[in-house]
Amino acid sequence: MSTENNGDQAKMETTTTPSSLSSVASASKRKAINSQPMGTGLEARGVHAWFGKHHALADVSLDFAAGTITALIGPSGCGKSTFIRTLNRMHEFIPTAAMAGQVILDGKDIYDPSIDVTKIRLQIGMVFQKPNPFPSMTIGENVLSGLKLAQLKTENKDDLLEECLVKAGLWNEVKDRLNAHGGSLSGGQQQRLCIARSLAVRPQVLLMDEPCSALDPGSTLRIEETIEELSSNMTIVIVTHNMQQAARVSDYTAFFLSDGGPGQMIEVAPTNEIFARPRDKRTENYVTGRFG
Amino acid sequence: MTTNKIYESILPTRPWQASMKDRLTTGFVLVFALFIATLLVKITGLSGKLGFFVVFVIVFVTLTSGREYRRFGSASAKDALVNALVAVGTFLTLIPIGSIIFEVISKGYKGIYLGLFTSDMSLNSPNDPANVGGLGHAIIGTLILVAIALVISVPIGILTALYLTEIKGKFSQPIRFLVQAMSGVPSIVAGLFILSAILYPITKQNSAFLGSLSLAILMIPTVARTSEEVLNLIPNDLREAGVALGGTQWRTVAMIVVPAAKSGLLTAVILGVARIAGETAPILLLAGGGDRFNLDPFSGPMGSLPYFIWNSFKSGTPESIARAWTGLLVLLVVLLFLFSAARFLGNRKVGK
Repeated sequence: MSTENNGDQAKMETTTTPSSLSSVASASKRKAINSQPMGTGLEARGVHAWFGKHHALADVSLDFAAGTITALIGPSGCGKSTFIRTLNRMHEFIPTAAMAGQVILDGKDIYDPSIDVTKIRLQIGMVFQKPNPFPSMTIGENVLSGLKLAQLKTENKDDLLEECLVKAGLWNEVKDRLNAHGGSLSGGQQQRLCIARSLAVRPQVLLMDEPCSALDPGSTLRIEETIEELSSNMTIVIVTHNMQQAARVSDYTAFFLSDGGPGQMIEVAPTNEIFARPRDKRTENYVTGRFG
Repeated sequence: MTTNKIYESILPTRPWQASMKDRLTTGFVLVFALFIATLLVKITGLSGKLGFFVVFVIVFVTLTSGREYRRFGSASAKDALVNALVAVGTFLTLIPIGSIIFEVISKGYKGIYLGLFTSDMSLNSPNDPANVGGLGHAIIGTLILVAIALVISVPIGILTALYLTEIKGKFSQPIRFLVQAMSGVPSIVAGLFILSAILYPITKQNSAFLGSLSLAILMIPTVARTSEEVLNLIPNDLREAGVALGGTQWRTVAMIVVPAAKSGLLTAVILGVARIAGETAPILLLAGGGDRFNLDPFSGPMGSLPYFIWNSFKSGTPESIARAWTGLLVLLVVLLFLFSAARFLGNRKVGK
């Protein structure tokens, strides 16, 4: 990330971030691991979330550098799913939802009124916990559905279809039955179909909310490989309950926890550090399995 | 709790909602569209309420989507266009409903006085002035008729729906077809059926119970069809979970499926009541439509609000027509009360 971002981060800290959470900022100074990062990064600044009067998430500042994979871990109810949903404005679909803070993409706050929210969601894709291929569409139609929904033009649909399915690691299994219905696939295949679907609109950032929680180990492994391949040209944020998975796939790991009040981000660091030398006692308790 | 204190200064916002400026602009666009519509109607040959409305809709929709086009481009403009058309459609639906309610209230409220609810029409004719006589007998009659029809048709209707969705027996298909066909039966046919099957050969006199029987014939298909739709929406996982815990089918349905569908089943019953509460023909044929208090559903004629309204209108004098409007207002209020009570009872949390 540029120095400009770090400047913003420092400025923000003086205004909204309590000093106890300053560990957040230091992580953002670490540069992307990939030698040639592509896509753009995403940055959350002092994000809060509410459901009605319930303060679900407090003051999360987190910098997702371009081309990195960040895992969000923490016990149930710590706000990590809520957080990931604020990153592409899905949070606002809950009627009582409210938020504070900023989410910066390409130097602009995605919550700014001058921003077209549909274009934001085009750039920040999402894969959900439960595989949800569109039931009325074939496998091929599912992959290209984003283009139709957003009314995008493409030169060669067949090439794009193949490219997305190859990237999602599904091509070999479905190339002979692209006209079959999405529902005819197994759970793991359906989830990879959903990943292929979100790739077709070429997002800069891909958010994954526990994408493997309903899958068997084999499918999980395939999807983890897919995630690693994808990170060469997009920024990935993945919520997971599985710490081994976080350790396997991510460059950075952020630990979320709620102490009975709103969920907070306790610590973020390169993944090997979080698991080998966590700075916070609570992180250590969690990653070593003594808690939660 | 300590964490909450630190963040007290940060207020929840909803940046996705329209800002004050947006709302003001929308208001301005609305006023501007009204202005243009008025102007065009004055200048050109377009005339009347319809012309005004059409011009208003066109101007409003164009301005709204044009504004969105300038902000976010054509896709967003189409979105705004469809939204505006949906809003217009909703408004169009509200016009008849709103004007019916307005008409009934404005013509009916004059006849409301306390004695209206405590007295009947046994000593008056409908042509008497509005401050004598009442429709207490008709309110009681409607409540009794509806209550009996409800008691008969709700169990039958819901059990039919359970047969169709839970048991899925051999006869599901023909029964579904019959229920569907029955829902189109005109009320006069249901009335004539009871008349020829029970009143003439057996009882040989009018009674509210016979009226309720015919109302039940009308209500059962509505309850059964709607309940079936509602029960179909309950995920199969829940049934499997119940059975997997060792429950019999009956226990699973009674403990899990039906409570999960409670609110929808209530809607089915409300739709059923709405179907019959305003029926006049079967009451006329079977209950006889008396003009005095009668609390015995099994003998003698009993009045009802729709019958009262029909009878008053029929007389044709200004007094009787005013009385009919008052009856309409009371019928609306009674229905509103019944539906609100049903919703309130149905939504009450168990055990709290």
